[in-house]
Amino acid sequence: MLHLEGVKKSYLQANGEFLRILDVPKFEVATGEQMVLVGRSGCGKTTLLHIIAGISRADAGTIRIDQVEVNKLSEAGRDRYRAIKLGYVFQTFNLLPAFSALENVLLGMTFARGKRDTNRARQLLDRVGLSARAGHKPSAMSVGEQQRVAVARALANRPRLLLADEPTANVDPANQQKIIDLIRDTCREEDIALVLVTHAREVADQFDRVDRLEDVNRVVSTPAQEVS
Amino acid sequence: MSLIRIAWRSIQQRGLASFLTAVSMALGVMMVVAVLSVHGVVAKSFRNNSSLGYNQIVGARGGRLQLTMNTVFYLSKPVANIPYEYYLEFVPEEERRAALSHTLREELHAAQWETLNTAMAIDSQHGAGLAALGSQFAGELLEAQGRQQLDLERGGKFSQFTAFAIPVCLGDYFGPFRVVGTTPDMFDQLRYGPASDQAFEFSAGRNFKRWTPEHGYFEAVVGASVAREMNVGVGDGFSPSHGDPEGDQHGDQFKIVGVLEYSGTPNDRAAFINMEGFYLMDDHAKPIDTGELDEDTAAPPGAAAPDGQHGRPETEPVVQSLPVEQREVSAVLVRTSSDIFGMLMADSINKSNVAQCVQPIREITLLFDEFVGPVQLALLVVTALICVVSGVSILVSIYNSMSDRKHEIAVMRALGASRTTVMTVILLESVLLSMAGGVAGWAGGHALNTLASDQIEQRTGVSINFLSLAPPLENLDLWGMGPIIGLVSPELWLIPALILLAIIVGFLPALSAYQTDVAKSLGS
Ligand SMILES: Nc1ncnc2c1ncn2[C@@H]1O[C@H](COP(=O)(O)OP(=O)(O)O)[C@@H](O)[C@H]1O
Ligand SMILES: [Mg+2]
Repeated sequence: MLHLEGVKKSYLQANGEFLRILDVPKFEVATGEQMVLVGRSGCGKTTLLHIIAGISRADAGTIRIDQVEVNKLSEAGRDRYRAIKLGYVFQTFNLLPAFSALENVLLGMTFARGKRDTNRARQLLDRVGLSARAGHKPSAMSVGEQQRVAVARALANRPRLLLADEPTANVDPANQQKIIDLIRDTCREEDIALVLVTHAREVADQFDRVDRLEDVNRVVSTPAQEVS
Repeated sequence: MSLIRIAWRSIQQRGLASFLTAVSMALGVMMVVAVLSVHGVVAKSFRNNSSLGYNQIVGARGGRLQLTMNTVFYLSKPVANIPYEYYLEFVPEEERRAALSHTLREELHAAQWETLNTAMAIDSQHGAGLAALGSQFAGELLEAQGRQQLDLERGGKFSQFTAFAIPVCLGDYFGPFRVVGTTPDMFDQLRYGPASDQAFEFSAGRNFKRWTPEHGYFEAVVGASVAREMNVGVGDGFSPSHGDPEGDQHGDQFKIVGVLEYSGTPNDRAAFINMEGFYLMDDHAKPIDTGELDEDTAAPPGAAAPDGQHGRPETEPVVQSLPVEQREVSAVLVRTSSDIFGMLMADSINKSNVAQCVQPIREITLLFDEFVGPVQLALLVVTALICVVSGVSILVSIYNSMSDRKHEIAVMRALGASRTTVMTVILLESVLLSMAGGVAGWAGGHALNTLASDQIEQRTGVSINFLSLAPPLENLDLWGMGPIIGLVSPELWLIPALILLAIIVGFLPALSAYQTDVAKSLGS
């Protein structure tokens, strides 16, 4: 369901030179498939996810999800596509601090369809084991709970593809497996394809398909730089 | 989650900053409301007082506005006077004849005929009955003719046009307050209020009388503010000072018999004395070459009483205070029996060289238009500036928060919010803040009005309550938009104006939200 072909991305640096980050000839994920993307820090994993999500624009190439060519959409079109087809879980959770857990889940629905489905939001919170904390603000929750809310939020619009960018990097080991299980189980239940970026070997080892970005990406000499 | 809810949540999130911003807006709006209300009260009291209960002022030729200011508001430099006899042109024959029975010429005439009659009576004792009768007839005829020539036997020229005419004599002061010499008609006949149907009420005592056995011609009535500020009441006495507030005292002559209820008219701030008593004060007789007669006729009442043997007389003395020729009035308040008559009368008076006739309402309206228009504009500009300053504080508050919020905005965008959506959220925030401040300020301003309403009503007669809106700014001239702006209360313009202002000041932060680089801001 996800096809990338000839996707290139480089950034213009302050010194006027282009910094090449990505040159991906081919990258595919099947419907409902769950895979892990690994690679050393700064090699462009987040950049790739951003391009898939339409947050960043590729310099060249095609990105297709269910026959929709993301790179050819207008910005507003990419916003809509992102809202409806995609779920995104961030390393830093990125819950909005002003809103309760339930409201954070509802936010995604608001942007996608303009209306909210409180029942589904509650079901999802129930699914991640936080139905009792629906009214709590993120600041009142542990990091593990926050990330579970973020997972529920990412799934709110029944996406076709879930992108998870190091979802357990900031979570304590006890919660790590819980969250991975949660993501994998719900994706399986709802037939959602999953691309999960991780540094944790014990997480990667649980997946059938593990791609090293260095293998996918023809750009090899990106500077090793710590970027979240 | 509506966008408004989202905006509201961000406002709540920055609780203190939002609160302070809204407070600054509230203070601005409160000031606007207060300024508009004060202006409204002033305009309203001006208008209330411009339905005066009379439609013409007759006074000395000269400044029309000055005459109006003097007579209606008891303000401005004193005006010249007109002869008392001119006032008598507004009264019917009977009253005029009665008044003129105390002229010098009438008394001279009467004295002459008395002498003549006495002579004839002595004569007739000697002559035959018929001849005596004949000469008596002839004598009476001649006397009547003489009276005709003295212009005593007719109604006032304008009396048939006149519903009432009230003379006023100005120029004296009681403390800082103007003293008005007039007749009891001032309160018996004159009505006030927008429909000119409210009678002047007395909070204590009664109206003064033309003459009473107790006080003679020396009764007075004081306005509510005069009573309060001079600390006087019924039973107290006072002496008008001449010419200016620091002028010389006339002696403690007038007894206060009544205190007026607050009416919100200039009468609150004036003292009223019986005109007959006024004429009896020193300096008030118009100098005239009548030597000894002046001495006689100006004798105080009581002393000249016909049955003065046991102290105070029970009826008004026959001898009047001051002969008509020596009297002057500052102005006559005239209510004509119809507007047409009013115009005819004004024309006729203005053609003469003695007096002028002004329509006070016209003068007041002209004055109001002339200086109130610019004042309204200035008020509007000042209040608009206050709101703009408050608006800028909203701008600063939201804009300062933008650097912190780039990340949140990026998250919303990553969740699928479009650029216009996040821009709308920021604009809504600005609008909500200014509306919250606006509503609070409006309520605060009106609460202040309510608190002050008693005072305002006492001082101006304008009653306001919590919900009364400032009246439209009718005299505004703003690039020809005055008539449109003047259609409704300026307070109603506050709502669209605040929304517009909020959108303008919210635009910069909203634009910054619009331009947020999602990929970059997500990382931070
Ligand atoms: N907006 C940008 N401008 C310039 N360079 C960028 C930008 N975003 C990311 N990079 C660079 O691109 C490289 C890849 O970053 P990223 O995709 O975040 O790596 P990873 O997620 O694999 O750690 C890094 O070297 C980073 O410095
Ligand atoms: Mg990364």
